[in-house]
Amino acid sequence: MRKYTPKDNVQKKSYYTDRFWVAPRVPTLEVEAGSHFESVVDTISNAVTIKEAGVQIGQLRIVINATDNFKALQILRDECGYAMCSELSAVDYLAQDGEFEVFYQMLNLNEAKRVRIVCRIKEGEAVESIVPLFKSANFAEREMFDMFGIKANNHPFMKRILMPDDWEGHPLLKTYPLQGDEFASWYEVDKIFGKEYRDVVGPENRDPASVERYDSQRFSRVGYEVPFGAELEEGKEEESPIEYSKTFMVDYTTGTTTLKKRK
Amino acid sequence: MAQHQVNYASSAGLPIALTSVDKLVNWGRSNSLWPLTYGLACCAIEMMASGASRYDFDRMGTIFRASPRQADVMILAGTLSKKHAEFARRLYDQMSEPKWVISMGSCANTGGMFNTYATVQGVDRIVPVDIYLPGCAPRPETLQYAMMMLQKKIRRESADMKKNVKQRIV
Repeated sequence: MRKYTPKDNVQKKSYYTDRFWVAPRVPTLEVEAGSHFESVVDTISNAVTIKEAGVQIGQLRIVINATDNFKALQILRDECGYAMCSELSAVDYLAQDGEFEVFYQMLNLNEAKRVRIVCRIKEGEAVESIVPLFKSANFAEREMFDMFGIKANNHPFMKRILMPDDWEGHPLLKTYPLQGDEFASWYEVDKIFGKEYRDVVGPENRDPASVERYDSQRFSRVGYEVPFGAELEEGKEEESPIEYSKTFMVDYTTGTTTLKKRK
Repeated sequence: MAQHQVNYASSAGLPIALTSVDKLVNWGRSNSLWPLTYGLACCAIEMMASGASRYDFDRMGTIFRASPRQADVMILAGTLSKKHAEFARRLYDQMSEPKWVISMGSCANTGGMFNTYATVQGVDRIVPVDIYLPGCAPRPETLQYAMMMLQKKIRRESADMKKNVKQRIV
């Protein structure tokens, strides 16, 4: 059973959320001498400058220059046995550092080891595509472009993959609003009916729990269905012309129909 | 050869039944509602269950059609993404009149839990909806009930579809 914590003095202490709580960082350990990871670091450092290397949760993390990414991954694949690129994407650190972090998650199937190659690029810069090395990078790089706007040079088909081709903005940027910008909120209306139909359709209703009590054009109350577009006023609603089944909404303990009791 | 019993005491002694054109046409329309086989998300699983043998839509005259040209009900079963909205509308336009729309589940009704940039916040933004069906996902019984409600709605309508007021989306 979960440990009981008293929750009575709500005002005194905000126990639900601590605004100043900082998520603990994963500790970065030194690369052990004589380990498999040390040989990986040595092999890569022969050809590529390594800015930083450390072990996080049993995985090697190597920070390199963004221009070296193709070379580093080629060495990893051909000389260190990391034959699989399981994931690549980016992280938006624009607000914090003014940079994107692009990472490549590599897997060695023989040794059961993982290496993450990390590099940093400025906004508007591009990375070299690694599709010639790993076929799996094709869709991943397209997704990175779609979500962050980071292009991969020499990619065979650099096009959006998830969002529509005529979409504006890159949704995984921290600056992109979760509920969409002006363009996103009118996208389907503009596309299907044209901009002049914005007035007819109206803005998006972002509160799924909102009920327009006297709206007879969309939802209607059970038992008080009225003709479409009927004028509704408080206290002047008629009961539904729709016949319900006798067993609909019956309270079997009291034997009454909930529908009749509703006012 | 079949022997037909005619009650000469009723209907002025004639083997006829009197009705209105509206009733006759709507009897036909409401008892052969053919929905489009069109699943968008997890609600489509419940829609498939409704069509399969346990819940058996066929006994209500509801047979899923694989072409919008042959369908007259569109069940929007699931989350409609903004990328797909255009194609949902195109399928709706391809259906021949008269046609009706059931919005199935929370996502289709209001966008549901997908309060994001990529989901249409209610399919009534792009097609006129007749029945809003709540639930996440609605059970097959709920979809059956919605179908029966739609039948009742059709029976109250005019046979001339131009006289029936619809949601004002072209």
